[in-house]
Amino acid sequence: MREMIYLKNVVTLQLDADKCNGCRMCVKVCPHEVFEVSKGRAKIIRKDYCMECGACALNCPEDAIEVRSGVGCAAGILSGMLNNTEACCGGPDSGACC
Amino acid sequence: MKLFYITAYLPTSIGEVPVADSKLNFKDRFGALMVRLAFYRNSYKVNPGLYAVGNPDGASDVFVTANYKLSFDHLRKNLDELNAWILVLDTRGINVWCAAGKGTFSTTELVNRIRLSRLSEIINHRKIIVPQLGATGISAHKVEQLTANAAAQSILSNPSLSNTAAFVPDPVSLNPEPGFKVIYGPVKASDIKEFVRKKHHSTKEMRKVSFNLVDRLKLIPVDLVMGSYKLLAVMAVFFILSAINKGEFSLHDAIDKGLLSILIIGSGYVSGLVLTPIFLPFIPGRSFSLKGFLMGIITSALLLLFNKLGNTYLEMISWSLIISGISSFTAMNFTGSSTFTSLSGVKIEMKIAIPFQISLTSVGLVLFVVVKFIN
Repeated sequence: MREMIYLKNVVTLQLDADKCNGCRMCVKVCPHEVFEVSKGRAKIIRKDYCMECGACALNCPEDAIEVRSGVGCAAGILSGMLNNTEACCGGPDSGACC
Repeated sequence: MKLFYITAYLPTSIGEVPVADSKLNFKDRFGALMVRLAFYRNSYKVNPGLYAVGNPDGASDVFVTANYKLSFDHLRKNLDELNAWILVLDTRGINVWCAAGKGTFSTTELVNRIRLSRLSEIINHRKIIVPQLGATGISAHKVEQLTANAAAQSILSNPSLSNTAAFVPDPVSLNPEPGFKVIYGPVKASDIKEFVRKKHHSTKEMRKVSFNLVDRLKLIPVDLVMGSYKLLAVMAVFFILSAINKGEFSLHDAIDKGLLSILIIGSGYVSGLVLTPIFLPFIPGRSFSLKGFLMGIITSALLLLFNKLGNTYLEMISWSLIISGISSFTAMNFTGSSTFTSLSGVKIEMKIAIPFQISLTSVGLVLFVVVKFIN
């Protein structure tokens, strides 16, 4: 089955390849094969597949990756707007997200 | 009291460690079904800490998971016939992915739990296997630094320090023990045996998140049950509105048209919450609201085909607008269940879709009421 893809050119993912040490951690943690490492440098190869989970940025020992991460969940964003809190599924009282 | 999923206690150098059953029993399965149907979903927990599966020793693998019982069950089931340790983090009963996003499945919690469970006294290696989807909350290199020496404890008690990228340990306080190396395991627990066979290597396929029909079907009941209260309220409003005929209240119309309007509103919900998720990859468009809108149009067409969309053109148009508005909105909420939408994307989608959905539904509603008064 073909792989589903979300909106084009909306993702905030950025890579500073000059800082990269080629450790491949970003490749290992990304659930959507967004990165590739060739010649000891990481490269973003499938940017539109990124879901901004933030795993790559958190696990990059050189701080070469930046992304504004969060939950891509309409209900969560809406309840955040209505209750004036950050985006979170389940509402403010449940104490649980998603 | 021994919990039903604990079969025995394994004596170790640090005391007895509970042995978790690697086979799920009726109680586990029944609980899973109830949780999928949205019952006691927020209190389905296990105690955090160290567990054994099979008969592990100092060389056995350590698998980390969340204290949501479904996560724990899924892991132990897939460790069947292996000898391993399970380290359960305290995520307040939330699954690995969501807890990692929320910050409870975190570097700090993992480092603390390693220390509290006295893991380093039980095993003779320094490897710890974390599910890949936990990487959103865990920083592998920081875990290694923070577990490497005694100085780490002071860093932990001072959160502002643990955020600094380059942590240089003080040579005097250096503990000879090396830090714990985080190895990211496969996305799916069902790939664990293959991962272990491949000497802790995840293939490309094992690292990728899929979202197939079965994955989507599992997520539908919770959304349906949680949305049902709103659905009942909307149905009640339309039932009452249906009773109006030429500006007057009619009991005959309430029963005749009221039941029909309940069917139609229900179809709008089913279109957005059931049909759109099922046919997700096959509906054109990328945004969920557009997919839901198109599915709403198809649902309206189906109702028309079975002569259940009212009698006049105005009625048919108003119902189609209401159905597609509801379908578009409820489908948009499935972004939270999906595995490929980004925060930036959903925000952009909502900015365009919500005004559109409000317009559709309110124009439909106004038409619906107007029809009641002219006829």
